[in-house]
Amino acid sequence: MTCDNEVPVPAAGAPVRRRRFLTFLVAAPVLTVAVPGTAEAVIPTLPQPAEILDLGDVLILAGTPTAGALAVLSVGEDGVVTLDLPRAEVGQGITTACAMLVAEELDLPLGQVRVTLADARPELLMNQLTGGSNTMRSVYGPIRQAAAAARARLLAAAAEQHGVEVSGLSTRDGAVILPDGRPVLYGLLTSAAAQLTGVFAAQPKPASEHRLVGTPQSRIDARAMVTGQFRYTLDQDVPGAMPTVVRRPPTINGSVKSVDSAVARAMPGVLAIGVVPTGVAVVAETFGQAMAARDALKVTWNPGTIDALSDKEIRAKLKAATLPFVVPPLLTQHLDMEFDFAFVSHAPMETNSAIADVRDDRAEIWAGLKSPIVARQTIAAAIGLPESAVTVHVMQGGGSFGRRLFFDAAIEAAQISKALRRPVKLMWSRTDDMRHGRARAASHHKLRATFALGNVLTFEHRVASVETDFRHGLGEVLTATAASLPVAGNLSFAQTVFLTTCKVPYNFGVVTSLLNEVPLRMHTGSWRSVYSANTRGAEEVLVDQLAAKMGKDPVAFRREYLKTARQRAVLNKVVAEGDWGRAMPKGFAQGIAFHDEYKSCTACLVEIDARDPQNPRVVKAVIAVDVGRPINPRGLEAQMLGGLTDAISTTLRAGLHIDKGLPLEGSYSQFHYARQKDTPKDVRIFVMPATGEPGGAGELGVPAAVGAIANAYARATGVVPRSFPIIFPVDFEPFPR
Amino acid sequence: MPTYTFVVNGKPVTVDAPADLALLWVLRDKLGVRGPKFGCGIGVCRACTSHLNGAEIQPCVTPVAECAGQEVTTIEGLASGEDLHPVQEAWLEQDVAQCGYCQPGQIMAAAALLRTKKEISDEDVDRIANVCRCGTYFRIRQAIKSAAAKM
Repeated sequence: MTCDNEVPVPAAGAPVRRRRFLTFLVAAPVLTVAVPGTAEAVIPTLPQPAEILDLGDVLILAGTPTAGALAVLSVGEDGVVTLDLPRAEVGQGITTACAMLVAEELDLPLGQVRVTLADARPELLMNQLTGGSNTMRSVYGPIRQAAAAARARLLAAAAEQHGVEVSGLSTRDGAVILPDGRPVLYGLLTSAAAQLTGVFAAQPKPASEHRLVGTPQSRIDARAMVTGQFRYTLDQDVPGAMPTVVRRPPTINGSVKSVDSAVARAMPGVLAIGVVPTGVAVVAETFGQAMAARDALKVTWNPGTIDALSDKEIRAKLKAATLPFVVPPLLTQHLDMEFDFAFVSHAPMETNSAIADVRDDRAEIWAGLKSPIVARQTIAAAIGLPESAVTVHVMQGGGSFGRRLFFDAAIEAAQISKALRRPVKLMWSRTDDMRHGRARAASHHKLRATFALGNVLTFEHRVASVETDFRHGLGEVLTATAASLPVAGNLSFAQTVFLTTCKVPYNFGVVTSLLNEVPLRMHTGSWRSVYSANTRGAEEVLVDQLAAKMGKDPVAFRREYLKTARQRAVLNKVVAEGDWGRAMPKGFAQGIAFHDEYKSCTACLVEIDARDPQNPRVVKAVIAVDVGRPINPRGLEAQMLGGLTDAISTTLRAGLHIDKGLPLEGSYSQFHYARQKDTPKDVRIFVMPATGEPGGAGELGVPAAVGAIANAYARATGVVPRSFPIIFPVDFEPFPR
Repeated sequence: MPTYTFVVNGKPVTVDAPADLALLWVLRDKLGVRGPKFGCGIGVCRACTSHLNGAEIQPCVTPVAECAGQEVTTIEGLASGEDLHPVQEAWLEQDVAQCGYCQPGQIMAAAALLRTKKEISDEDVDRIANVCRCGTYFRIRQAIKSAAAKM
């Protein structure tokens, strides 16, 4: 049971249960920052807004009124402390980092902390969204404060039980240490602590006293993963929920015109077939049988929403939508460059999936969800139930990269469950995931730098992107609705994200970065680093070319123009550790780039083997990263390694071709995400010492690596890449539509 | 429907299934063995990688009929009780897993490789074609080398 005076008390008539746990819901000091009514209201009209207020700050501001309710801690009689975390773990290692914060504050062995993922908690409003590299930034204060308050309460309980003063007590290894040195385990105090009345706020430890936070720790869930015991959504057994797949249209957003299911219905194992808004759902005893029956359906389709569009038309639309430069290249020297980036599938290993059990009066949903509150609100509306009748469980996801901000599998599973009147275990096929799932929007970039007398005078970047869908809002229905408004809705949101994430880290005089979006009715979404991978990646290519044009070495040039000593320190680190400028055989080259976002910065130096320009391989990478205060350096290194692999993939080979309203790629044999043979045999990652508060880390690794790889390719081959991925043929026979 | 008897992780099992039903769905949906993961269904992502008589297979493209009378080992059967296989130990030592979804397949591929080869070169590692969408490849490489050194 989890109750004390600070937690909602069971309604009258509810069974009275024994108080066994100390649970903390309210712990943070009162914070008095107002919630912005709409996100764009907080964006100052300055040339480089992200330096003043980044997207993470916006998310933290939006979450501030509910920050005190964020961390729910339970101290069990077995001494295990459980944190119910209102964020999504999808591989980024936040449960481990959060467990470290709890263990640190409570002087508890890390192994005695459990982290569960909270169900959708609508009372958290805009504070249950996992995105914007924001988890550790947004929970660093609240979790430590909650744990400090729990510790204070345990100390008070020990003092009362043993008739001593709190001031004579300390904590160590999951126990309160009495003045005579005897330990009293937390588990023996939790019941008494839960009965105490009063407010037990306490200041968290100063960072200078941290013994665990800041040290490299392994993942708390690693053993379950390497033994196959870890349970993802589809590994759950929900009574009656049977394997379900959907036959989808031949083009994006097509719909069912007619269906002949006679053959399919007679196939072995088939349990139910029904039409839903997204296609034809098939339920069977096994997924194999469901997929066989799906293939046997005879379906005719209504057209989709982009049937007439292929890459060529989309690219032309983007070029036409690119806003003009302000500075004419008349009296100064200048450098103009243009770049194109293809669509990219998120392609998490675990395809879009969800379990739904919809009844007449209630519904229960299980899925990997990064915005579960708006998922709950939207699902309730879609199936005609009050929100309070819908329970949404957040499952740990098999990858996301932005994908699970959207809850399309969860809503679809709920619709199928309602239509077929049975619980369902819905799995998207890989082909559906790539063709009908979401993707990073394609973009076109136009850049101009002007310079004179050895100085960069102006720097302009015009980004035209297919609309990136932000209709998950800030994770709840109000901002999601704002993002859905026909006039300015999603575009305002997109501008806000663009302006609060992308900034030029160099003193390049007058800098203007402008985004224009082309709304196409297809499925897009934020993809790890949102606009930055393309926008900053393109800028870092331009920086190399600008340096060359101004007769400077790429490193010397960046050192000269970077804004802060902190930025130069990470650059210098990779230059030294990566031996910048060393002689390399023909066809090999080094490349370097820098990126700064979410109060963090990183530099990346790669070496590429491009002896065969059509078959390049990044053979070595050296990365330096400063996130202000690393919580778990081992986890941070993992994030940087993941960002590097994303950059290798999307810069060199991985993208989607759109052909007459549908991506051609349908599996990993066609969408060329990197494999072992495409990745470096030597990777060195250097975490800079802690200097301040935690910055963002989850998306940080991509943009600098994109720039470094592109620059290395240019130096190795003599050809500056303008279109990404660089190697992008249709080298496969597409699956039938 | 035909019946097939084979061994899964040391225990005999008998299932009713169409002959062409992929082993992956027999394991996951009929036997509740959920360690092998679906990632593609056509044997190209290799997330489901397991062993048939000790050799690597992709259960998503292995018809159940081919397993009759054979020994199937999934990630759940790799350790000896609480004693992990050296490859699993190496995975913990290198803290390889991020989302973890592909890792059962990665580990089974590495374990199959190390059964046949004691000295592991970078080229051997490069031939493991399992997709890791989190991009943990470098740590996988280190873990395989570490396991090889200890075995």
